[in-house]
Amino acid sequence: MIEVKDLHFTYPNGVEALRGVSLAISDGEFVAIMGQNGAGKTTLVKHFNGLLKPNKGEALVDGVSTKRVSVAQLARKVGFVFQNPDHQLFCETVEEEISFALRNFGFKETTIKRRVTWALNLLGLTQYRKTSPFMLSGGERKRVALASVLAWNPEVVILDEPTIGQDYQQKETLRQFIVQLNAQGKTVVVVTHDVEFVAECGPRVVLMLQGRILAEGKAEEVLTNLSLVAQASIVPPQITQTFLGLADLGLPTNVINVHDASRILLNLLEVTP
Amino acid sequence: MAIIEAKGLAYAYPGRTNHSIKDLSITIERGEFVILTGPSGCGKTTLCRCFNGLIPHFYDGKLEGDLTVAGLNVPEHSISELASRVGLVFQNPENQLFALSVEKDVAFGLENLGMPREEIRKRVDWALKMTGIEDLRDRAPHELSGGQQQRVAIACVLAMQPDVMVLDEPTSFLDPLGAQRIFEVINELNKKLGITVILVEHRLDLASKYADHVIIMDKGEIILDGEPRKIFDSEEARLIGVGVPKVTRLYQFLKERGVLLGRVPVASEEASHLLREVLVRDRG
Repeated sequence: MIEVKDLHFTYPNGVEALRGVSLAISDGEFVAIMGQNGAGKTTLVKHFNGLLKPNKGEALVDGVSTKRVSVAQLARKVGFVFQNPDHQLFCETVEEEISFALRNFGFKETTIKRRVTWALNLLGLTQYRKTSPFMLSGGERKRVALASVLAWNPEVVILDEPTIGQDYQQKETLRQFIVQLNAQGKTVVVVTHDVEFVAECGPRVVLMLQGRILAEGKAEEVLTNLSLVAQASIVPPQITQTFLGLADLGLPTNVINVHDASRILLNLLEVTP
Repeated sequence: MAIIEAKGLAYAYPGRTNHSIKDLSITIERGEFVILTGPSGCGKTTLCRCFNGLIPHFYDGKLEGDLTVAGLNVPEHSISELASRVGLVFQNPENQLFALSVEKDVAFGLENLGMPREEIRKRVDWALKMTGIEDLRDRAPHELSGGQQQRVAIACVLAMQPDVMVLDEPTSFLDPLGAQRIFEVINELNKKLGITVILVEHRLDLASKYADHVIIMDKGEIILDGEPRKIFDSEEARLIGVGVPKVTRLYQFLKERGVLLGRVPVASEEASHLLREVLVRDRG
């Protein structure tokens, strides 16, 4: 679905953000990109929808170089939800906000109406249809930004730091929502340093360090590798740390979430879950 | 001895009819490490703004009830009087830093107090040392990483030698290791210098082990107030949707299925220890 090969990118101010990144993301995959502040995570995903074009190497979406397609065309396929919703929202009502891209893509008015209603409903925003996005809380504005992207039904959804500024309940709702999107066949890419969020979702994890990929693999392999996570400025999940402290008793060292942890412990203690 | 005492506190922002905090009473003892948490919009930030007088002096509106901080009655004392007792650190350090060098930023508050030059120098050196950023002294704050910037912001507040430090989600923009280092710095200031810490935080997995007092707010009111383990394990905390530490969740999961650990854990080391007891007993 998305493939980058030996990607290099330097910002006009001379900051070398990507120094040779190669990565392939298949159709329907769920990938979390993690790493230190400034590791190049956001720069990388901005290449997935052509917002940035590589200085060297190439970025392919469905086998076509992003240099040969317009950002507008790519956006139909790859939707991008920014870290800060205020970089994305500008209309006077939530309804207009969600309609905006649909209108630009040339959908018929009846389709637009249907899609907007669907997206509002999906993200629990129906009561704010006529409200200005700027009257909403930060968490609600983030949901409007997500709704406006989902409305045109892109095949790939990229979310940049979706959990920042969200309280636990909102994060939990978002997690279930993302998992559901992925289960319905959407390719999902999340940029985050929220380790516990990733541990509960269990996607494929790509760790970045100074513009390069440091490691990639299943969440339970990557997040439990102490030397890797330390290099990427991440702290292993609390459950992982707990189980690593019990390794001498023969407990597995690749446990990342509460669900797996309790299953293993109850099994050991021969309690029927 | 109480350093913060609120009785029947209520406040609505000007032009709003609904109160952001209502009939709120709390006591915070000198030297405590307090975690203040609750859903978005519950009134945490509003309450923090009362502690250093931003409410009612800067935001206007009427602050009802009684509030005493470090012996000062908040409505009767100016922000500048309160500022030397109560330091506030924000979510985004960029909103707080503006000078051309770290040293100048840290010295700024002291210069405003009209402190002698020699005393300023001493205080700046000390604050940089306590926060572990002596080597950044001559750097420009805007060129630093987010974690370094947040340590500068803490040093600025620390240089004033406040009795209370209020930190409003100071790590939300930081990577986990950066966040952990900030919590360690805050903990040192609390344990070594006895500064009372009030930390507003959603991510409880990293910070809980340092706390000796947890306050949970919802809809402008205090719902739970007391010892962290008791509160994290409570039914109310679950219902409000507080993101209790994952090891506390694990404890609850096991308890529901009849496996009881010695006490409620909040950190991984003690969870390992408590699980070890149960596993070894089971094998023995």
